[in-house]
Amino acid sequence: MTPPNKPVRDVMLAAVPSLRAFAISLCGNVDRADDLVQEALLRAWANLDSFEPGTNMSAWLFTILRNLFRSEYRKRRREVEDADGSYAEALTSLPDQTSHLEMDEFRKALEQLPTDQRESLILVGASGFSYEEAAQICGCAVGTIKSRVNRARSRLAAILSIESADDFGPDHETRAAVGTGTTGWRRS
Amino acid sequence: MNKRKAPRPHPYMEVEPAPKSTVKLGPDIKVKIGQQLRAMYSDVVNQGVPDRFSEILHRLDQAEGTDRKKDGGTNDPSQ
Repeated sequence: MTPPNKPVRDVMLAAVPSLRAFAISLCGNVDRADDLVQEALLRAWANLDSFEPGTNMSAWLFTILRNLFRSEYRKRRREVEDADGSYAEALTSLPDQTSHLEMDEFRKALEQLPTDQRESLILVGASGFSYEEAAQICGCAVGTIKSRVNRARSRLAAILSIESADDFGPDHETRAAVGTGTTGWRRS
Repeated sequence: MNKRKAPRPHPYMEVEPAPKSTVKLGPDIKVKIGQQLRAMYSDVVNQGVPDRFSEILHRLDQAEGTDRKKDGGTNDPSQ
């Protein structure tokens, strides 16, 4: 986990990229996400004595960020949406296997998920936390995380109308209009 | 023949097992969703640490060092 000798600053710095990715997928807006990360770092630094040495600092930071997001989210839900697509701007260098169009569809589908499901899916499916760690971060039971992740996947599949792996990606009309390849998965 | 069974105003609803909203997820679909999710996530991760954050942490670290010196602290003065 966290090496005892490593300066706290370095451990926090190392967690920043993943914290940002989590924050952006939570709030769908890069500027807001970066503010959230900054607030989380400041909060963490001010409360370092409540961190148990030897435990996972990354999980601790995620917990702080998630709680900040939750309290802020309650305050201004519905107020801020990513109308200007600033999230999309942050997506710069996608792997070849995924087109921007597909990623955009996926991102929109993800945003339609209830926050509970979205954060659980991201923590387990992208951040690389175990179900146990995710449960700790979200302050709920492991079984709750598991069912949220399952529901999130089902919901995503339903939104994206995936019936088989071949159907993944833009629908046929979109593909035809955009003129991408036949599978919509690899870019030719 | 229907009379002998319990009344069913919409018999077809009972016959259709899986409405569209509860898509059965094969392993391949989970894999695809996982790939999309990680691609989205790692795109941000690969941007590294924006200067803003290294500057903030550097300032916090220095402020902390100053405080500890005032207190006669024992930390190493690593920067």
